[in-house]
Amino acid sequence: MAQKTMIQAITDALALELEANPDVLIFGEDVGNNGGVFRATEGLQEKFGKDRVFDTPLAESGIGGLAFGLALENFRPVAEIQFFGFVFEVMDEIVAQMARTRFRMSGTRTMPITIRAPFGGGVHTPELHADNLEGLIAQSPGIRVVIPSNPYDAKGLLISAIRDNDPVVFLEHMKLYRSFREEVPEEAYTVPLDKAAITREGTDVSVITYGAMVREAIKAAEALEKDGISVEIIDLRTVAPLDIETIIATVEKTGRVVVVQEAQKQAGVAAQVVSEISERAVLSLEAPIGRVSAPDTIYPFGQAEGSWLPNASDIEAKVREIYEF
Amino acid sequence: MAKKKLNPLDFEALLADINADFPTIQALDKDGKVVNEEYMPDLSDDEMVELMTRMVWARVLDQRSTALNRQGRLGFYAPTAGQEASQLASQFAMEKEDVLLPGYRDVPQLIQHGLPLKDAFLWSRGHAAGSAYADDLQAIPPQIIIGAQYVQAAGVALGLKKRNKPNVAFTYTGDGGSSQGDFYEGINFAGAYKANAVFFIQNNGYAISTPREVQTAAKTLAQKGVAAGIPSVQVDGMDPLAVYKVTKAARDWAVAGNGPVLIETLTFRYGPHTLSGDDPTRYRSKETEGEWVEKDPLTRFRKYLTAKGLWSEAKEEEIIEATKEEIKTAIKEADAAPKQKVSEFLGNMFEVKPQSIQEQIDIFKAKESK
Repeated sequence: MAQKTMIQAITDALALELEANPDVLIFGEDVGNNGGVFRATEGLQEKFGKDRVFDTPLAESGIGGLAFGLALENFRPVAEIQFFGFVFEVMDEIVAQMARTRFRMSGTRTMPITIRAPFGGGVHTPELHADNLEGLIAQSPGIRVVIPSNPYDAKGLLISAIRDNDPVVFLEHMKLYRSFREEVPEEAYTVPLDKAAITREGTDVSVITYGAMVREAIKAAEALEKDGISVEIIDLRTVAPLDIETIIATVEKTGRVVVVQEAQKQAGVAAQVVSEISERAVLSLEAPIGRVSAPDTIYPFGQAEGSWLPNASDIEAKVREIYEF
Repeated sequence: MAKKKLNPLDFEALLADINADFPTIQALDKDGKVVNEEYMPDLSDDEMVELMTRMVWARVLDQRSTALNRQGRLGFYAPTAGQEASQLASQFAMEKEDVLLPGYRDVPQLIQHGLPLKDAFLWSRGHAAGSAYADDLQAIPPQIIIGAQYVQAAGVALGLKKRNKPNVAFTYTGDGGSSQGDFYEGINFAGAYKANAVFFIQNNGYAISTPREVQTAAKTLAQKGVAAGIPSVQVDGMDPLAVYKVTKAARDWAVAGNGPVLIETLTFRYGPHTLSGDDPTRYRSKETEGEWVEKDPLTRFRKYLTAKGLWSEAKEEEIIEATKEEIKTAIKEADAAPKQKVSEFLGNMFEVKPQSIQEQIDIFKAKESK
């Protein structure tokens, strides 16, 4: 098995699905000859042709509409939004159109669309490139928001997303693209949607998180282990809708929870996790639920990211606080 | 004659040049006389009678829908009277396998394209069954977000092209819709991909109350297509024969792989924007309305067909009565629609149900069984 980065795993998934199903189409700004600004689609146009992998005019709503219309013609569009901060331009097509169609037409039509986009902080991008906007989409019924934290999951989840008959927003954290490698099988495989992973087993405190914060949680858990604190890490993978069963199981197991997200604190995915726990497992709790998140400012300019983004030591401190409560 | 070369810094001349290129295409004048033979469509007598029949049907449907709305027997309703030529004559050029992406006023075209009248009524009443389209109905329910259907039509049109289907995506918006970003993105995408689309702007002069002149400085809305590099035509939208002729030519052009066409129809709605409280007397004068009534599409087509011996008062009366019966039956069918269930709504959220949805289905099933 080859060691691959997350971006390589994503390219693998796209290539395999293009190969497997002639109805899969990949399009977006610069995804063709240029291979995408992060090279996620590198070589795909060359291999599969301009009919299957193609550039679009620079207009996000148009990309969303294109995906919607192609889905009506029974294609399986995989559209790229160049950076997720540009999603505002295509919000109508994502949350008010494709997410609504199965419901609106009583299940007589489906929207097998995958919207891929890079997002996430820590790589010094200009404004509106890094923003963690997953909570915006997560609040909209009818669409899944999937965020892988590692190359293996990225490939398996993306294949699942492309094969799924409902729309999926698939968010790829930029910092994870090339920061590490892991074993990734060559062949196609799936990782189930709507299912969280137990990244690390533990008995004292559960850290529930997703995306790049999984890496930070692992670092925190390793540090805490030296002090005899056993941390269980749950990687949500699909942040909307949530895998409530896995969340509740870990809460019942450890009785202490810290929910971590890179996004700002207000509303969002972590707030939903906390609500589910409060509603379903409050009597299993031995301490208040801890939360680690970014502060409620607009996403900062590049040089301030280091102090703004939550990190392993923030997680470590919060876990200690909850552990010692 | 070759065009005079313009001085690129003479902005007045440039503007005049742009504006001069979009004459209004007309075949029949308001008295039903043929004024331009070249714009007369190739329709048999029977087809012309069929088109007139559909326009009369639409006028009756509008009158009855308005009455039913006021009686509380319909819900949302956007009046269509005045727009029959624009709507029905353009739809007359569609094939069953063409895909219709309508706006909220384009219900008559949807019904003619295959949506059962009962379902149109259910949609108006806010019943989900009104949007559960049969597999072979190549359409989506009326769009509420102004212009969103334009970008979607570009996608459908590209899909048709990729499938090598001899079909076209037809989409409609209004003059207000031509101010939307999605309008420009839709025509630009379809143009860039030379996709099989025909885009309509039904210019009825007002986006609710905002006059077309406040929407844009462009002299015509058709000329907006120039920016997308696609052929664009302004047509007398009260003239069914001209509308049909232009639409049929546009469809043929798109099917042949040449790319999309933009058609602006100059039309008018006699009624309010919708029956949900709009009062056109606040923004339109009686004189304006009167001027448009003189151009009425039914009147002019009736005169034309009568002069040819193809139409009579008795025939029209027959159609009116038949339409009223059809409406009566459809309303009864709509009345018999089963009560909607939230558990079914939840069931239509995802193909594979997540835990939260499954739990909510169980909760609502229990409530609904009581």
